[in-house]
Amino acid sequence: MSLVLAIIIGAAFGAVLDRIGATSPNWIGKMLALTNLNLMKTILTAIGTGSVLMFAGQMIGLVDVGHMSVKAAYVGVFIGGLLLGVGWAAAGYCPGTGVCAAASGRKDAWVFIAGGLLGSAAYMVTYPAWKASGLLDNIAGGKVTLGTVPDAGYDGLMAMSGDVLGIILGAAFIVIAFVLPERIGGGAMAVAAE
Amino acid sequence: MTLDWKLGGVLLGLVFFLAVLLVKPIGVSTQFVILDGIIGDAVNSELVTKTEEGYTSTNAYLAKSDGKYAKSVANPLNYSFVFVLAMMLGAFASNMAKGGLSADERSIPQIWRNSFGDTQMKRYAVAFAGGFIALYGARLAGGCTSGHMMSGMMQTSLSGYIFAAGAFASAVPVAMFMYRKEN
Repeated sequence: MSLVLAIIIGAAFGAVLDRIGATSPNWIGKMLALTNLNLMKTILTAIGTGSVLMFAGQMIGLVDVGHMSVKAAYVGVFIGGLLLGVGWAAAGYCPGTGVCAAASGRKDAWVFIAGGLLGSAAYMVTYPAWKASGLLDNIAGGKVTLGTVPDAGYDGLMAMSGDVLGIILGAAFIVIAFVLPERIGGGAMAVAAE
Repeated sequence: MTLDWKLGGVLLGLVFFLAVLLVKPIGVSTQFVILDGIIGDAVNSELVTKTEEGYTSTNAYLAKSDGKYAKSVANPLNYSFVFVLAMMLGAFASNMAKGGLSADERSIPQIWRNSFGDTQMKRYAVAFAGGFIALYGARLAGGCTSGHMMSGMMQTSLSGYIFAAGAFASAVPVAMFMYRKEN
């Protein structure tokens, strides 16, 4: 049963990533260079929609709180984020969109995957050094959410209801998607076109 | 053509919601480690071994958290690994249904050609290096754009916000520098 769900949800995720342009380095590049923020608006709307539905679902008992899976916060999360950002911008792929792009026939995405397999292997080998450095040690409580979600088993940074905060933040993401401009900053060509 | 961001965003949000409703939040980058482990174990069968309590590995990363990753390496037909294979299937079908990519796009994306021309090896070298850095970073962070940024921020987890701050802090300047030519 769980494999059937993996196939259905995985295929749906891959298909939607393809349709929103996330598997194309052209749209990723324009988003990150801030010259076309449509994909950013899509992603913000998605996070907001998912958040509102999930927390509302938890409040009415539709969604099992035990399904939440919060990752630990540590300094390495920020350093790793910085590294991922460089590779994401340079290649135009992140891990998920890279495998989808490869499947859609992009040859450079297969090369990205090959590099990714070597990069993750390099991390597997160097993991003990990171572990010893202390940069993987929890900060601010480790696996924490911003509010306190009832029965989730995670501490909250704030005592306020994590469900209510999740819905508020989800709505905020959607509002930001609406107010975000099409692009930030000019570029001579864009000015000339207007 | 891409979907309007409102429709696309709601559809993507529904997928993230369905995942957490039915199973668990979406994540991808761990599966690069699992595939590495599968390949490594095929070359050297000592890499992952069965114990009385479960699985372990001679590699400290695969052995961490009571051999959670070692177990997935030994059993590739698990939810998360099949999920990523299914993503590829879904993207392939969706792309085929809209007629597929042009031969030019399949070879080198347009945005790259605008700034760096048609030399394939140059593009592949950067794609390879980019993949290396992105996955090294994702494993150090414990997740990627899917697991940390989207699933994490959706759940209001602190780590998701820290990760997103790091990722955009480097990705935006690098992209602004690399993709100055828009045509």
